[in-house]
Amino acid sequence: MINFGYTINTDRQIDYDNNDRRIAAFLSEHEPTFRICISCGTCTATCSAGNFTYFNLREMIVMLKRGETRQLKEDVTKCMLCGKCQMACPRGVNTRNLILSIHRAIERFEQP
Amino acid sequence: MNIEGKRVIWKDYQKEIADDRYFYARSCVRQSFFPGAEATFLRILRGELGKELHDEPYHTTCTGIAYHADVVPFDTTMTVVARQFALMTEAGYENFVPSCITSFGVYSEVLDIWERFPETEKRVRDYLKRATGRTFEKPRNLAHASDVIYKFRKEITRRAKYRLVNRFTGRPLKGVEHIGCHYAKMFPSKGVGGAEYPYVLVGMIEEWGGDVVDYPERRHCCGFGFRQYVVQANRGYSIACSKKKFESMEPYHPDFILTNCPGCPFFFDRWQYAISEMEGKTYGEDGNGIPVLTYEELAGIVLGYDPWDIGFQTHQVPVEPLLDKIGIPYDPDMKYRGRNGEDLGRPAPTNVLRFYK
Amino acid sequence: MEAAATLAAGGLTVTVMEKTDHLGGHLADWYHLFPDRRPGREVLQLLTKRVQEGASVLLNCDVTDIERNKEGFVIHTRQHPPVEAQALLVATGFDLFEVRKKEEYGYGIYDNIITSAELEKMLSGGQPLLTTRGTVPRRVGFVHCVGSRDAKAGNLYCSRVCCITAVKQAIEIRERLPQAEVFSFYMDLRMYGMGFEELYKEAQEKWAVNFIRGRLSEAFENQDGTLMLKVEDTLTARPLRMNVDLLVLMAGMVPSAGTKEISRMLGLELEESRFIRPRDRHMSPNRTNIPGVFIAGSCTAPMSVADTIADARGAAVEIMTSPPAPLLERRGEKGVRS
Repeated sequence: MINFGYTINTDRQIDYDNNDRRIAAFLSEHEPTFRICISCGTCTATCSAGNFTYFNLREMIVMLKRGETRQLKEDVTKCMLCGKCQMACPRGVNTRNLILSIHRAIERFEQP
Repeated sequence: MNIEGKRVIWKDYQKEIADDRYFYARSCVRQSFFPGAEATFLRILRGELGKELHDEPYHTTCTGIAYHADVVPFDTTMTVVARQFALMTEAGYENFVPSCITSFGVYSEVLDIWERFPETEKRVRDYLKRATGRTFEKPRNLAHASDVIYKFRKEITRRAKYRLVNRFTGRPLKGVEHIGCHYAKMFPSKGVGGAEYPYVLVGMIEEWGGDVVDYPERRHCCGFGFRQYVVQANRGYSIACSKKKFESMEPYHPDFILTNCPGCPFFFDRWQYAISEMEGKTYGEDGNGIPVLTYEELAGIVLGYDPWDIGFQTHQVPVEPLLDKIGIPYDPDMKYRGRNGEDLGRPAPTNVLRFYK
Repeated sequence: MEAAATLAAGGLTVTVMEKTDHLGGHLADWYHLFPDRRPGREVLQLLTKRVQEGASVLLNCDVTDIERNKEGFVIHTRQHPPVEAQALLVATGFDLFEVRKKEEYGYGIYDNIITSAELEKMLSGGQPLLTTRGTVPRRVGFVHCVGSRDAKAGNLYCSRVCCITAVKQAIEIRERLPQAEVFSFYMDLRMYGMGFEELYKEAQEKWAVNFIRGRLSEAFENQDGTLMLKVEDTLTARPLRMNVDLLVLMAGMVPSAGTKEISRMLGLELEESRFIRPRDRHMSPNRTNIPGVFIAGSCTAPMSVADTIADARGAAVEIMTSPPAPLLERRGEKGVRS
């Protein structure tokens, strides 16, 4: 192998068909309100953890739906389960159960 | 797929291409890396078709690379373009034919700006006069060299000695076509076939007996850019673009890639080598790469010119597999010999890509 | 039709002049209407009955000329004797945007790309929803805003009803193909009416329809006949690629050819969007720059069936309360459907 002074950039494209979406499927079944999130961001706006850490529930839900779960295990530990998001959500998503279900899903579909 | 849907769009985008009396503006990149290509173009137009083509020794770069890499301000580019037009006017021509796609894009853009902003044109005329004392007329017709070959593709067929057919299987050869970004993406109406389904290269391949392969990343840029490529460490970005295209076209097993820009074949040719050395992957059969050609080189093959006159020895991905498929004879011993049989030496052999002599 | 029926009920003499061989325009093509999913045919039948009770109907009218005189207008057609009227109501409707013009979506080039109107026809005709290969689609995509909100397509306006139609059709597909996944690629979800947001929630909750915010850059047909889509996923700020078996393009509304023709004959002012300009959008939405010429329905702006019926009643009242009364005739010419 020759090193020419650069490496080939990796593709940023979300390859939806080849992503592992089992966690999203699990959540859709165990916490049905996962489906009705409209990504309005009210939850993230109220989030306590979001003031001090990079925790973004809106983004996490969208990434989960796409199967982009690389950061998930690390990011979900930042939630303190304070429940402000659940109070604020205009659609009635059960965000606390969602977080707890994500923990269970990570255990179930543990990725190396 | 319904090809008729594409034909309707192709009919919508037709452009005027001049008949004869062309002023030729050469390409910086092409002359350096594929010197035989432009010589072949001149040979086809003057020798085969009997056209008048003026090859001006005093013309310069259009500053396309510098303009797109932000090294040169746009006023300078416009003045240099004006000088090119001045040379054309002084030589007595009205039909401008650039060899490079980026040049074509630059000339189209400059002419468009002068039309919308006549005060800019006036200012540039003034600059040119003060800098060089020259005056110019705008060209009556601006067409890319591939447009000209496209226009005369049927005449070339009449004189052709070979067709793009695989002589072992009897089936047409499969060609992937790649249009330079600046051909139609800036001004779709200035490209034959428009921006989404360009026809200029498809028309050539179809006319000469081949089959065009459409693949998912057809519209993707090869990554030449200009800005990022200049710095070596950024080339990972450029090579990733070409790699995306190769990965996408591989399942279709194309026999060749046809391009009309000078940068694109340079990239496709060299990056296949680079990818083979960096990742050990090749995209053709049996460790070969996919041969990359430009329109004049393909026309030259079809007309039966000697492959070493066309300049295939400078291609890093060997074109020999394609020549074998068509049945074009070539003398491997003459590959690295210059005029009068002088030995030019040999390139170092590749580690992964199959090496021919 | 609604305007004619209301005017007739108000005691006026009404003639409906219809270009094609049947009344109702596009309504005849719609399967179920949002938001309550009632059959379009039902509404059409109710309207037809009311029209036939009060008004005279002339079908197959090709209007060649409209003359003005002291009393009002004389409308000349190729097929019928001239009709005299003191007031005209233009209700020439809309056409659908020619989605072929969005070349990058490949309509007419790649298989399994259809418009929303074609899907309605398939649903109302009871046709099985199959791909051109004869397989059952496992994934269906909806592309919003095709030909609307699009400077390149020449239409800056929003077509209003496509978002709710897409949600409705997504549910209809999921009902028929329980194994299929449905994706909607939208810029905004314009759930403007009563019951619309609720239908959106139902689509997500009950039918697991997936909504991806972002536009399509292109569609491409793979070797196996599926369609590869490239979408900008704005909520993750990354490009996304996926394969679908069937793609539905939500074609926007454009002013019909008939609208263009009649406006030219009468000298009606048009908006920049080429729809007919009303005298005033608040207090005189059914009057035009020409006295005696009134407008109603989707020749003035994209409208739903409910909106059109309400607008028609407004036009009827305008006509009835305008001098000169009482002998008034009303003329509505429907636009051409391709």
